[in-house]
Order: sequence, then structure tokens, then C-alpha cells
Amino acid sequence: MSLHLDHLAWSVEGRLVVDDVDCTPPRGALTGLLGPNGAGKSSLLRLVAGVQQAAHGAALLDGTDLLTMPRRARARRVALVEQESSATAPLSVREAVLLGRTPHASRWGGFTAQDHAAATRAIQEAGVQALAARRLATLSGGERQRVHLARALAQEPDLLLLDEPTNHLDVHAQLDTLAAVAGLTARGVTVLAALHDLNLAAAACDHLVLLEAGRVVAAGGVEQVLRPEVLEPVYRVRCLVLEHPETGRPVLTFAPR
Amino acid sequence: MTPSEGSAGAATGRGRLPAWAATVAAALLLVLSVTMAVTVGPAEIAPTDVWRSLVDHVRAALGATVDPTATLGLLHDGIVWDLRMPRVLTAAAVGAGLGVAGAVMQSLTRNPLADPYLLGLSSGASLGAVAVLVLGVGVLLPVAAFVGAVAALAAALTLAGSLGTITPARTVLAGLAVAQLCAAGTSFVIFWSATGDSYREILGWLMGSLGGATWSSVAISLGAVVVLLPVLLASARTLDAFAFGDTAAAALGIGVGRTRWALLTVVALLTGALVAVSGAIGFVGLILPHAVRLVVGAAHHRVLPLTALVGASFLVWADTAARTVFEPRELPVGIVTAFLGAPVFALLLWQRRSASGDLA
Repeated sequence: MSLHLDHLAWSVEGRLVVDDVDCTPPRGALTGLLGPNGAGKSSLLRLVAGVQQAAHGAALLDGTDLLTMPRRARARRVALVEQESSATAPLSVREAVLLGRTPHASRWGGFTAQDHAAATRAIQEAGVQALAARRLATLSGGERQRVHLARALAQEPDLLLLDEPTNHLDVHAQLDTLAAVAGLTARGVTVLAALHDLNLAAAACDHLVLLEAGRVVAAGGVEQVLRPEVLEPVYRVRCLVLEHPETGRPVLTFAPR
Repeated sequence: MTPSEGSAGAATGRGRLPAWAATVAAALLLVLSVTMAVTVGPAEIAPTDVWRSLVDHVRAALGATVDPTATLGLLHDGIVWDLRMPRVLTAAAVGAGLGVAGAVMQSLTRNPLADPYLLGLSSGASLGAVAVLVLGVGVLLPVAAFVGAVAALAAALTLAGSLGTITPARTVLAGLAVAQLCAAGTSFVIFWSATGDSYREILGWLMGSLGGATWSSVAISLGAVVVLLPVLLASARTLDAFAFGDTAAAALGIGVGRTRWALLTVVALLTGALVAVSGAIGFVGLILPHAVRLVVGAAHHRVLPLTALVGASFLVWADTAARTVFEPRELPVGIVTAFLGAPVFALLLWQRRSASGDLA
């Protein structure tokens, strides 16, 4: 039982952006969604989150199709962290995280003690306790990304979708974010993350799916996907794969063809 | 304390009036404002007499054998109940409605400069009103204004919808197109056919005025507020979820397109009804929501009720000033709200100069 993306397809203005994507990211693992710009990574995440309606296919989480679920019920199982999102309203960090409780809270009443407890847990798990009283607009890009992660965690999802979670972050903040994600997968949350940095993917992911022009061109373990003969035609570069002396994981270097 | 610490405190409650206290205070202020405003004017009337007269009128209406005019005397009773009270109550209803409509509009379009008239509502209403005032179209002015407002909204939403998903940007641009067209139509009618007499009447209406308020104005504006305001207040949680934009709202389980259509329609009906009785009174729906957010933060379940109460009191006093400052001449209340509102808006902008660029 896990996540199964079942022949998902979506097109815009007659162009297939997501083309018959069929893959099975394992449960309780971090699956990296790789591919060059425009390969359809973000679009695929938006389809699975139900933000964009798929033209075809299903996203089965433990056998239930997420795409045909009622919106609120789906938002209690799936959370999405966008690449960049800014607020126009002057929210505090805690208020922003509490918004994650929207699909759980009743439409009329205020937030319950349970909602507040879930927000507090999410703040701790994302490691932003020190920021909780701050105003969102005063945070750095990296701090804000962590707050968005906390907001998604407050939804208490089984499936977490991250769109370039380490974009614009310095090395330390990148590792911090991935460490927080590792904590989630350890307690059974399935994470699907679009990533640009192949070395980061090599270091942190359990499973990889490589997209090109909306199609899956490779899927499997890190060593299976991060091979020169797989990457070179997709990214149109020369690629050398080394072995990390400490972790034994692949380290990649690139050169123009 | 650095500016950033100050704004953090403002957002989380330290050193700030609790929201419930602010709301109770605003409710008391509104009751006081209505009672006081009725006493202001050429005829001197004591606030306590207003209350006693109110009790008499209620008892008389319930069938008790009291002379409801005994407290104030026939003349003053007429001034209070036929002239001032309908005007003050209309002002309160219009102020409350415009404030909340503006707050909702700002959140739905994610635009801090949005106001209730954004979708061409006031321009449509003006066109309807001018058609009555100048061309002598044989319908009541409020009806024509309301029809004009709703027609403008329908045109704007149809245009926005025909472009694809109703995004904030499309909504604003479509409204702009409709507003420009209606404004041109209004100017054309005035330029072509207005006479000297009708100019002042038209100008008064275009700037917003409560001068002609009657008990039917109260019925229209208060009725719209009583029916439609609860719908907007109940959508506080949904509006909160729009804070990070459409995608984030959708990921939180909100039906974004459907919600935006529904709430824009409610805002338009409310605004249309208010514009129909008062003309396009500016600034209330633009500034008050921002001022209230500075006091109680951005959460809509606090912002919306407080904006309604403060908006009501604000417009009651603005209208009282409009009818008394240059007695016996009367200013359109829209001029007063702008005179009061523009400096307050400038002050808010100035206070927020240290914050990191987000004005809302």
C-alpha cells in the first residue's frame, strides 16, 4: 500500500505537460522528482494535490483516488508546499501555520485546542519554534520556507508534496530542510519533492523519478537513476558519477557536451 | 525596541488591545455615536431625551397608550424621527457594509488598494442614477442605481470568466474595463444633457450623500446589511485561507473559483444596495479595513466584525460633520470621508514605512 500515480495526464493549450505519468513512490520515503526545466515536475505535483484537475488518470493513496475525493477530505491527507508563495496580509508565523488547520477545523467555530496543539507540533517538527512570534514579512527566504513546511505539517498529511523546497536556500538551510523531511519519512509520511539539485537528490532521496517532457524516463533507486547514460540525454550534458568517500552515495559532476 | 520587534508584537498580541475588547468597545461606540449624532444640529436635543423618546415610540408601537411625541414635543420629535434618525441609521448601515465589503474585496483580490467599487459597481450605479436624474427615466433612483451596479458586476465577471479561470488580476482588469466604459457613459450623458439645476444634484450623488435618506433608505441599506453581512462574516475562515494565494487555498481544501464567484456576488449585491441609497461614498471601504488590521491583526474573524462596527461609527460622524460644519449648506459626505480618510491613509502608509514592503 502506498502512492500510485496511475497514468496521469494534463495538457494546456494543446500541449501535453504531464504525459501518461505512471509511477509508485514508496510509502514513508522521500522520492525525488527530477527533470530539466519544463519537464512537468511542478505540474505533476499540482495534479496530485488536486490544485489542477487532471485530464486523465488517478492518484491512488492506499488505494483511494485522491483526485475524486472531496476537497476538504483530500486536504486532510495531502499537503503542498509551493516553490514561492508570499502573503499580502500581515500574518505572524503562528497564524500562518494555523492556516494549515483549515481543512480540519469546522467552518464556523474558531480553532480548537486540538488545532493549536497540532500547530505547535508542526512548528516544532519544522524547527521554527524560535520564529513563532515573528511577523512573516520579517523572515529570510529560508526561514519562510520552513514556515510553509510547518503550515503543511499542520495539515497532518499522509502525503507531502514539496516543489523545490531547497530553492534559494544556502547550503546549511538546504540540509536543515532535508533533515526535517527525513524526520517525517521516519514516522511514515510519504514525501514527493521536485528537486533541481541532482547532488542533493543523490544525498537525501530514497527513490527517484526522472521526467522529460512530461514523461517518466527513469524511476527507481538512487544508483539506478543517477547514471551517466540515463542523465546525459535528458539534461544534454556530459556527466561523471563518483562515489562519496563517506556515505558511498553518488556524487555528480557535469560538463558541456 | 527595533521596528521589526514592534511589528512582531503588533501581529501577535503583545501590548495590543485584545480583539474582544476592541469589538465590545466599538459596539458601545456605535450605540453612543448613533444617539449623539441624532442630537447634533440646529435643534438642541439631549441624548437622554432621545432614549426616552425611543422607549415611548416602541411602547406606542406595541399598543401602549402613550403619546410618543410627548418627550420631545411635536416639532423636535419630527426632526429626530423623520429627518435625523433615518439619516443616521442609513449612515451606520452604509458604513458597516462598505467597510466589510472593502475588507473582503481586498482579501479576495489580494490587492491592498481594492475597495468595494472595484468591479465597476459605483460606475454602473452612477450611470443608472444619472440616467434618472438627467434623462428623467421613469424609475426610482435607488432602483436604477442598483440595476446599474449589478449590470456592471455581471459584465465584469462575465468578461473575467470568459478569459479563463477567475484570477485576481483578471477580475481587477475586467472591472477596470467596465468601470471606464460606465464612467465615459456617465460623463457623456452629463455633458450632453445636464442643465444647471441638475449639475449640483448629480455632483452630490456622484460624491456620495446621505442627504435624502428616508426610512425606505434605512430599509434598503439596513436590510442588505442584515441579510448579506452574516454571509461575509461566516466566510472568515475561507478568506484567511486565501492569504498565500489561490494555489495555497486550493491545497487547503477551498474551492477557489466557486468561492471567489460567490463572495464577489455577495459583495456586489451588498455594495449595489448601499450605493443605491447613498451614492459612491469613497474611502470607507478602502481605509478602514487597513486601520482595523493594524489594531487586531489580519485574521478575518476579528477584522470583519470590527470593521463593520468602526465603519458604521465613522460614517455616522462623517455625515454629521457633512450636514453641520457649513450649516445650512450641506457637503456631500464623500468629500468629508475623503478629507478625513486621505490623511489617515497617508499616516498609515508612513507608519508602515519600516516594514518590509508589504502594505496590507
